[in-house]
Amino acid sequence: MRLWPTLRLSINPKIMANDTIFNANDQRPELEPVGYETGSLTGVFQELVFTVDHKKLGLMYIGSALLFFVVAGLLASLMRIQLAIPGNTFLPPDVFNQSFTMHGTTMVFLVGMPMAFGFANYLVPLMIGARDMAFPRLNAFGFWVFFFSGFLLYFSYIGAPGLYAAGSAPDVGWFAYSPLTSSAFSRGHSTDYWTLSLMLGGIGSVATAINILVTVFCLRCPGMTLGKLPVFVWCMLVMAFLVILAVPCLSACQIMITLDRYLGAKFFDTQAGGDAVLWQHFFWIFGHPEVYILIMPAFAITSEIIPVFSRKPIFGYPVMVAAVISIAFISLGVWAHHMFCVGMVSLANAFFVTSTLLVAIPTGIKIFNWLATMHGGKLRFELPLIFCIAFLFQFLIAGLTGVMLAVAPFDWQLSDSYFVVAHFHYILIGGLLFTIFAGIYYWYPKALGKMPHFKLGLYHFAFFTIGFHLTFLPQHFLGFLGMPRRIYTYQAERGWDEWNLISTIGVAFQAVGIVFFVANLIYSFRRGKKAGDDPWDAWSLEWTTTSPPPEYNFATLPVVKSRRPLWDAKHPDDPDWKHE
Amino acid sequence: MPAQAVSPPSPALTKVANIFNPHSGPAELILEPTYLVLLVSLGIFLIVTGLLVYIVIKFRQRSPEDPLTEPPQIYGSYNIELAWTVIPCLVVFVLVLVSARTIVEIQDAPMPENALKIRVVGHQWWWEVHYPDLGIVTANEIHVPTGSEDGTRRPTHITLESADVIHSFWVPQLAGKTDLVPNRINHTWIEPVSPGVFLGNCAEYCGTQHANMLLRVIAQSPEDFAQWVVTQQKAPSIPTEPLATQGRRNFYALSCVNCHKIESTPAEGVFGPDLTKFATRQTLGSGVAPRTPETLRAWLANPASLKPGCYMPDMQLSPQQIDALVAYLETLN
Repeated sequence: MRLWPTLRLSINPKIMANDTIFNANDQRPELEPVGYETGSLTGVFQELVFTVDHKKLGLMYIGSALLFFVVAGLLASLMRIQLAIPGNTFLPPDVFNQSFTMHGTTMVFLVGMPMAFGFANYLVPLMIGARDMAFPRLNAFGFWVFFFSGFLLYFSYIGAPGLYAAGSAPDVGWFAYSPLTSSAFSRGHSTDYWTLSLMLGGIGSVATAINILVTVFCLRCPGMTLGKLPVFVWCMLVMAFLVILAVPCLSACQIMITLDRYLGAKFFDTQAGGDAVLWQHFFWIFGHPEVYILIMPAFAITSEIIPVFSRKPIFGYPVMVAAVISIAFISLGVWAHHMFCVGMVSLANAFFVTSTLLVAIPTGIKIFNWLATMHGGKLRFELPLIFCIAFLFQFLIAGLTGVMLAVAPFDWQLSDSYFVVAHFHYILIGGLLFTIFAGIYYWYPKALGKMPHFKLGLYHFAFFTIGFHLTFLPQHFLGFLGMPRRIYTYQAERGWDEWNLISTIGVAFQAVGIVFFVANLIYSFRRGKKAGDDPWDAWSLEWTTTSPPPEYNFATLPVVKSRRPLWDAKHPDDPDWKHE
Repeated sequence: MPAQAVSPPSPALTKVANIFNPHSGPAELILEPTYLVLLVSLGIFLIVTGLLVYIVIKFRQRSPEDPLTEPPQIYGSYNIELAWTVIPCLVVFVLVLVSARTIVEIQDAPMPENALKIRVVGHQWWWEVHYPDLGIVTANEIHVPTGSEDGTRRPTHITLESADVIHSFWVPQLAGKTDLVPNRINHTWIEPVSPGVFLGNCAEYCGTQHANMLLRVIAQSPEDFAQWVVTQQKAPSIPTEPLATQGRRNFYALSCVNCHKIESTPAEGVFGPDLTKFATRQTLGSGVAPRTPETLRAWLANPASLKPGCYMPDMQLSPQQIDALVAYLETLN
């Protein structure tokens, strides 16, 4: 039920977020009517453009991330069609190279990160009992900067070499190893579109991360100490820290490339004595924490869903939080494991083997704690839990192949091979994307007030899971058989033909799964059952308010005494705070 | 063909470059930590998956009508947490030690005095191969000796450089990857145990034709290798056949000499592969096609038809010019 009309621009959002004037329902002030019509298409459009509400921005983040996800998925499908048979001529080499560059850049910067920001935006204020993010206008700024950075990147398809020639998208790979990006090897402007759009996107990311940080530190409701934050909020907090530490390194890299290309700076220009390996160090100092930025939402979402559907609190809360923090900390010191082949001295290689393998310890702790949370529970197999269980299985495989790749001699063989492609798709699709689906199904009733359709969700799960494993499991074997990544074609009879064909067939299953997913989102929005405030019988604060929540989230700011405020309310005889 | 009469027969080609089927020192050394980490991972995989399956079956909600009583609330246990922190620590410790040992064994391996020294320079999209001590320059196909039958080792020490962007040297059955980085000299070594032809690829994305920057290493017995060296060191003979003579004239009259080199002739180009002993190679275009008169004709007519985006331009040759050039190039053995 919507208690208030849509957001008024006349209300200072800061007051909404901080002030306690709305303590009781009867004190809600009468608001000025908005300057635009509600209900019509232009009204909706204006609302989207002008809004500073964290929930609308959160949904806009998730919506645009899904849009870019579909585009990146289409690019991936084109590449898989090209690789289905040896010597295929479906895509010319330059189009293939542009496709994997755009696919990678899109998935990391326009799908993974905005998805994380979307979930953080929508849920962090609700979970900590706040009325909005700390800086709502900065929040809107962050979203629009991200959104237009995506458009800038894709504009390269028509605009890159200038107005008088056909366009060309960036084709240097998403980690753009120099000197391939220097003006000698990357002529035209496609690389400039890549650098500028990432620089722009970086500004938005840092703005949003600062916002999340300040929100968590300053806007928690009474009683919510840091030790009582939901694990979700902890993960998002850690993600925000990583964004602030890592993304500026990327921006610095982009500035340096631009100086190289246009002002003759020669940081990375090997023809003038620059250092190509320097770029790799700089890029991966950003790039490796970035991987953990991307996986944090997976940890966050799983840590909310598994307890609720197992009907038990998260096992070992302090250890879980410590594990997340230590993963983030270690991730700052593992970057050169992407560079075992560049010819570092043996001592440096051994150091990065050690630091990388250390990540396995807190990661293992997390997996065991999730299992322990399920152990002894009463598992309700709703859509969110089903996706989370698949996540556990796939993330386990991804983690183990990660351990393998951390062993430098193994990496000398399989670095830059299809084994690596399989590994990080098990992390980012099998890990991150599955939990994103879980999260979308879990909070769909909260955000839209309707229950997602179970059967459609099940079809989505079945097709997507089968397709996922068909596509990416064979790629491990392709790596063992010596197939390098980023090749647009290959010769027959090298042992790669069958595995590549299976891999391509898997894509069709994934596509059907995605169709069921989109169908479910639309169908449930129109015909779904009314959800009510708390359809899953959950325990965190977002379920205390209406579905969808009103603009101000909570009429009365909640006061919490434990990590599961709704458990306390539902079980006054045995509240959590007695045990914590 | 006269080429066959001079060069020894080529050893068998292994098309499937399986890393579990190594044929040389470093690749064999890598296999030990590989099996260890695979075994450890398999163990962990079975344990955790077993637990997951057990939990999912055992603790499922029995029926939807199951009255909504909540299970016992358990908040954690520091003893259990300690157990699953310490055990992974031990596993990590072992893996670190094993990795470190193999890293040093491969990276810091001492090279014997008699090791064959090769310098490989990566180009967009082909490999330049120098044998500095033997005065041989070739491309895309690396001939190396195996150890001799009396047990004398003869590893090949390879110096890796790049002329343009980063490439990576990867022949899975012989050694792991090492990058070719401009402005930097890297090293790797191989030591094939038996004769054979081993396929490899450039393994670092290097631009349009990264996919067709193929590589083959031809390991030969010491005797066959010595014979190959003798062949390569001979100065090219001047063809006597009229068509080939015509082709030779074309080669110098057209722009071929700007990019290609033929030893002891005015052709001194350095941008493309050295063609001195072109007709002793098995492939053309860095492995994009086998070297036959037909593929060579197609290549000369338009290189981009075989390797789109490559830097060798379409020289707009007439069919007669192509025939003559093919005849000439086939005499370079």
